[in-house]
Amino acid sequence: MEKKELICIGCPLGCSVTVELEGSEILAVTGNTCRRGEDYARKECTNPTRIVTSTVPVDGGEIPQVSVKTASDIPKNKIFACMAELKKIRVKAPVRIGDVVLANAAGSGVDVIATKDVLGR
Amino acid sequence: MRTCDIVVIGGGPAGLAAAIAAREAGISEILVLERDRCLGGILNQCIHNGFGLHTFREELTGPEYAERFIRRAEELEIPCLLETMVMDITPGKVVTAMNREDGVFQIQAGAVILAMGCRERPRGALNIPGYRPAGIYSAGTAQRLVNIEGYMPGREVVILGSGDIGLIMARRMTLEGARVHAVAELMPYSGGLKRNIVQCLDDYGIPLKLSHTVVQIHGKERLTGVTLAKVGADRKPVPGTEEFIPCDTLLLSVGLIPENELSGEIGVEMNRITNGPSVNESLETSAEGVFACGNVLHVHDLVDYVSQEAALAGKNAARYVMGDWKEGLRIQLEGKGGVRYTVPSAVCPENMEDKLTVRFRVGDVYRDRQLCVYLDGERISRAKKRVMGPGEMESVILKKSDLLARPGLQKITVAVEEAE
Repeated sequence: MEKKELICIGCPLGCSVTVELEGSEILAVTGNTCRRGEDYARKECTNPTRIVTSTVPVDGGEIPQVSVKTASDIPKNKIFACMAELKKIRVKAPVRIGDVVLANAAGSGVDVIATKDVLGR
Repeated sequence: MRTCDIVVIGGGPAGLAAAIAAREAGISEILVLERDRCLGGILNQCIHNGFGLHTFREELTGPEYAERFIRRAEELEIPCLLETMVMDITPGKVVTAMNREDGVFQIQAGAVILAMGCRERPRGALNIPGYRPAGIYSAGTAQRLVNIEGYMPGREVVILGSGDIGLIMARRMTLEGARVHAVAELMPYSGGLKRNIVQCLDDYGIPLKLSHTVVQIHGKERLTGVTLAKVGADRKPVPGTEEFIPCDTLLLSVGLIPENELSGEIGVEMNRITNGPSVNESLETSAEGVFACGNVLHVHDLVDYVSQEAALAGKNAARYVMGDWKEGLRIQLEGKGGVRYTVPSAVCPENMEDKLTVRFRVGDVYRDRQLCVYLDGERISRAKKRVMGPGEMESVILKKSDLLARPGLQKITVAVEEAE
């Protein structure tokens, strides 16, 4: 049996939650003081996901870079693979909010999209 | 001299929300003065997500949040002068500003809304021994370099202070390939949001060293390392606990200071705790017709609250200009027992809306307490709080009817007490 210690981010209370795992099966969640704590702990132990945000250089833009994000959350273990793919990318101005700058980031099925308008010079 | 009903100083989230609210309240002549080359203020470099949960019920990045307000301001055709620096504001509301196209010019404003935001506490405010090598940045400067300019300030990083910008930059630098060795925090608790500690530090195995500080900066041309030490309850370094960490970059996230040089020129009364102007229920300063909102008033953790507060300032400035304004008794509003300050700090019930949000911070971490509101000696509300800390702004709501029902009321008090 494995034990994992987490801090719940559901509210400012920040409960210390302990999850007991057998392989990928959750045996018990303790330390949480509400339902949200248990939900958070289960998700964190089985399928933790995050939205990744970064920047990409823009050629011919009024500013040098455009800010980007994954359109939805991706598995936590794909964050660095997603960053590595973003490192190889340059885009051309103009760029509009919501434009796809990288499709299917790190095989996650999620696109990376622009979060800012960048017009041409 | 040119005249204008409402001049808004600053085109960040506060200035934009204030200008939009003033326009929606029916003011035709509004001018926003912004010193940067674009609107949106600091949100432009806050590329991370987590903005707008309260306002839009969705999680936006900083630039996306800013864009919604910029578009609204454009729809309402609110004039904004960019790359324009305000030099002076007189108590009579004459605004002196300058830019490359118009040179120096003056505007007689009917009302002024101060929305200049805040700046970071610099290294000079800390007295850390050592030379002044390259490689020491405030966290926000590093954020601008990485996110706007596209430069990495360094590869081996230590961060002093666990404010939210420091935490966000710990993750950002890591994602860009740097190694963040530690985040040192002088206090026994973090000044940042819990969510940021988990998602920016724990996710990447970056240690948060509470009750630690930097006691020596090494290197002459370029930073070569820092010495960390544990601090005692008196916040003084404990001898024998020093630890040398080699690094080429030190980021400082050690507090924000409202940028009130212009407020000083007008001579408005300042609050010693917030370093912002003292304001009444309408967010009006001690100078008549001069309003303040956002981080120039008091430093916020969530932009959603800045937008709400600024909209109130805009609406009230509009009422002031249109003459829908009452002179009434001022009831003092105070914090007690752990409540460090309140915004506003005085209330004229005749001028307030049906409900008024009073925002404040507590001075320590409190568990299982209650937040109470007293009208003179009478307690009119209490709310149980499981946890409160200096890092998260709190609020209580005052009802106009409660205040009007008590003629002769002298003092309103917000207090943290032991739970009953």
